[in-house]
Amino acid sequence: MDAMAAIKKTFFEECEEQLAEMEAGLLAMNEGSAENELVNGVFRAVHSIKGGAGAFKLGALVSFAHKFETVLDLIRSARLSATPDTMRIMLRALDIVSDLVRLSRAEAPIDDALWRPVGAELEALIEQKPQQQIQPEITVVPEAPAEVVDLGFDFAPTPISIDDGAVASPPDPQQTYEIEFRPSKELYASANEPVVLLREVAKLGETSVRCNCDALPPLDSLDPDSSYLSWTIRLVTAADIEAVREVFEFVDGACELSVALIEHAPAQVMPAVAVPVADPSPSLTVVPDITRQLHEARADSAPVLASESVAAADIQKDGGMASGQPATATIRVDLDRVDRLINLVGELVINQAMLTQRVLAEGLAKSSSTMIGLDELEQLTREIQESVMAIRAQPIKSLFQRMSRVMREVCAATGKDVRLRLDGEMTELDKTVIERLADPLTHMIRNAVDHGVESRETRIAAGKSPDGSVRLSAAHRSGRVQIEISDDGAGIDRKRVLAKAISKGLVLQGVELSDGEIDNLLFLPGFSTSESVSAISGRGVGMDVVRRSIQALGGRISISSRSGQGSSFVLSLPLTLAVLDGMVVRVADQTLVVPLTAIIETLRPASATVHALGGSASVIKVRDRFVPLIDVGAELGFRARRQLADEADGVAILVESETSTTHALLVDTIEDQRQVVIKSVETNYGKIRGIAAATILGDGRVALIVDVEDVVGISRSDTGQQINELRTGAGIR
Amino acid sequence: MKKTILTIDDSRTMRDMLRLALEDAGFNIVQAVDGVDGIDALNRCTPNVIVTDINMPRMDGFGVIKAVRSDSRWRGVPILVLTTESDDAKKQMARQAGATGWIVKPFDPTKLVAAIHRVSP
Amino acid sequence: MNHQPNTKTIAGRSSSDGGELVAFRIGNQEFCIDIMAVREIRGWTPATPLPHAPSYVRGLINLRGTVLPVIDLAVRFGFEPREPSARSVIIVTEVGAQLVGLVVDAVSDILPTSAETIQPTPNVSSELATKFVKGVISIESRMISLVQLDDVLPSDGKAAA
Repeated sequence: MDAMAAIKKTFFEECEEQLAEMEAGLLAMNEGSAENELVNGVFRAVHSIKGGAGAFKLGALVSFAHKFETVLDLIRSARLSATPDTMRIMLRALDIVSDLVRLSRAEAPIDDALWRPVGAELEALIEQKPQQQIQPEITVVPEAPAEVVDLGFDFAPTPISIDDGAVASPPDPQQTYEIEFRPSKELYASANEPVVLLREVAKLGETSVRCNCDALPPLDSLDPDSSYLSWTIRLVTAADIEAVREVFEFVDGACELSVALIEHAPAQVMPAVAVPVADPSPSLTVVPDITRQLHEARADSAPVLASESVAAADIQKDGGMASGQPATATIRVDLDRVDRLINLVGELVINQAMLTQRVLAEGLAKSSSTMIGLDELEQLTREIQESVMAIRAQPIKSLFQRMSRVMREVCAATGKDVRLRLDGEMTELDKTVIERLADPLTHMIRNAVDHGVESRETRIAAGKSPDGSVRLSAAHRSGRVQIEISDDGAGIDRKRVLAKAISKGLVLQGVELSDGEIDNLLFLPGFSTSESVSAISGRGVGMDVVRRSIQALGGRISISSRSGQGSSFVLSLPLTLAVLDGMVVRVADQTLVVPLTAIIETLRPASATVHALGGSASVIKVRDRFVPLIDVGAELGFRARRQLADEADGVAILVESETSTTHALLVDTIEDQRQVVIKSVETNYGKIRGIAAATILGDGRVALIVDVEDVVGISRSDTGQQINELRTGAGIR
Repeated sequence: MKKTILTIDDSRTMRDMLRLALEDAGFNIVQAVDGVDGIDALNRCTPNVIVTDINMPRMDGFGVIKAVRSDSRWRGVPILVLTTESDDAKKQMARQAGATGWIVKPFDPTKLVAAIHRVSP
Repeated sequence: MNHQPNTKTIAGRSSSDGGELVAFRIGNQEFCIDIMAVREIRGWTPATPLPHAPSYVRGLINLRGTVLPVIDLAVRFGFEPREPSARSVIIVTEVGAQLVGLVVDAVSDILPTSAETIQPTPNVSSELATKFVKGVISIESRMISLVQLDDVLPSDGKAAA
């Protein structure tokens, strides 16, 4: 990758961060915060995007960002107020910038129709701002005619072209200029150097320079901060007068300068001090010496510079120093490297466990110094593992901010006005978990607005505030992350849900279900409450898919609802995907791991509680309820189905699966409960039915991690109808 | 000896671009991510020229100029401000605060280098 | 991952312009594969059996933290199945993007080769010959079959059930 391509990549990465910052800032402004630093932060972000976009010639992005930035500048200088309408336009502008960045990154063509309408709205905001200038002597906002769309960088300032020698087109005759240059003390104060300027003039052609020291006072009355010297330069050059003036661009206003064309023909050079500046003649050397002395003298004097000027006041206002939090130092690392480190540490953990087992096998006492050392090693290894896992952790903020956008889109599509409240945005969890939460959360937010929050009229009739609200929160709860999506809508219409489930054949007619059981029907595959498939939450994606994706992440989802007050979904997720808490069990001489998230409880079946149901299925009675009993060894094909009498020998693990049904997994023994490192089986082999992944145990052998959903699913397809009857008959847990 | 340029910009993209342009031109680069970081860097080395952005968190470009010009150790160090606002207002403000010159973004690397030569002794 | 390609020291050549082949024995037959596909050779370790897997899939072993499927080539080729012994060998190979261990009786040789020494597979109607052998090499009195590895994993590798 060449250097510019690498920078471009950086630019787009940075854009993402800036978009997140813009969104956070705009949302806070939308909430009514008028903090100066907030607007400044958003301004800076847009400004940075514009700057980078200009460098990469992303015309549409530059042009749009410029309008955006102009409006922000009006707001921060209090010439435009952030009304709700204005903020609505700003938020839409944010979405446009986000789209433009995404398209630019993909190098996709950009249809002007994408951004022109919102661009026009921004322009309208710029137009409507109060027209009078606050400080007449300073034009603060770069105004451009509204029709000129590409006003971004086409209006370059007078070029600073300093081609060495500035040899203009050949026909240009040599010209002679006389330059009078009298620096003011401000010129020195801004660290400009007459000597450097003279050198630059000399690059244009042949010069003769005369220093005028007449104004120099006696040394004892010399003010080191004052300016006493002036120069007369005669320059013979092919460059035009603009090129000459340009040398003094930076000191314009900080010196008296006159550039006069004296004749077209080569002039005679003033004999006295005709010197190329690069090699100053003795007569001239005094000048730099004096300037240096002046500098040194000034350096010791008290600072009196611009501190009392207007500019100084602006520094204070702009937050010059001291405001804001110190930024934490960060580095950027390829995800691949982090994952490799995580893998290696995973291996270290396994190795350490193997070592401990071997030492124990040698018969060393637990109290021996070797074992104590190994214990310390284990402790250390765990700490390393935790620290390494933490590298992958990210605040959930970026995801939440995406949801803000989803919310705006759903509101626009449904015509409802629903506020999204975000809490716990800084809660950290694994980057991959965050990424994979995007779809389920999007779906749930859409659902909340589309199905949860009532229409304005209905709300008013019910005595609620006309605008609904949805709350999205995240928090750490006992080693896991809990995410809650709750709305203040009508709650679940249980009658309708039940009727629907019955009409779809998911529940038998006449079955008594508790409120919780009815709510959980929403998670049944193929269930959808909306009578007509709406454009928002339609497309055949149901809560069952949401549930499955959450479970695929090692998470669980639960629902609660109160009629007239709203519904709430709670997701409980692991902090990372790299490890899993599991129960190590033995089945048919094989060691398996059952994820702890699926397990409700374990129990030892007494033979009296196990009953046959039909040909090959059996059930176990757990607290007056019959639960299907699945012989894991047989389901996975490790052995023939056990007889009823044997089933009472093993241990039953009650698991909750998709659709909230409970099953009992029959295993031989429970060995241990521990955290295991997840290893993919699919990488080198493929998907195995009933198996989610593999892990490596302390003895170095591979153990399979059971996919509870799959095992239950296999079992159900084996005994389909019986289980179905059972489920409806015995109710849903 | 190579001249050292301190670049202060909160945008990683801009810092990278400055680095590319300036290193190609044979300068040593010291980078800072905002004004506070920039002043911190100044405490460790005195550059020949400072190139600073204006809009930055924590301490902006005006803050940098003010801090540099009011410290006897650095007050002679030329400061070029980076600005996309090519209007005169920002330039005026920058100069009143004590900036030596300015560079308009997006910059042309040759112009950037020329501007540095125009201010560095 | 941290696999040292310890058998791949003769890097930089491909079989077409005269590379090397690793020859191995299963029963009384000899086979070979391109040395460039071989990651390493290691002794037999018991594998964790997989549910619903074909009989030639011995299961999974731990290769320094990587979970590696092990294929019993004897069974795959339709020979009489028998338990691998402590003297059996696992050849760790790269098949496409995947790492696969192949259980064989013994590694017998490393052979130089060039395209012209490889003859087409004789036209016999065995599954082994048509599916897994892409040519034969004759060295003195030995006939060594060049194995094509693409199909050693269950044909629908993604849904091995």
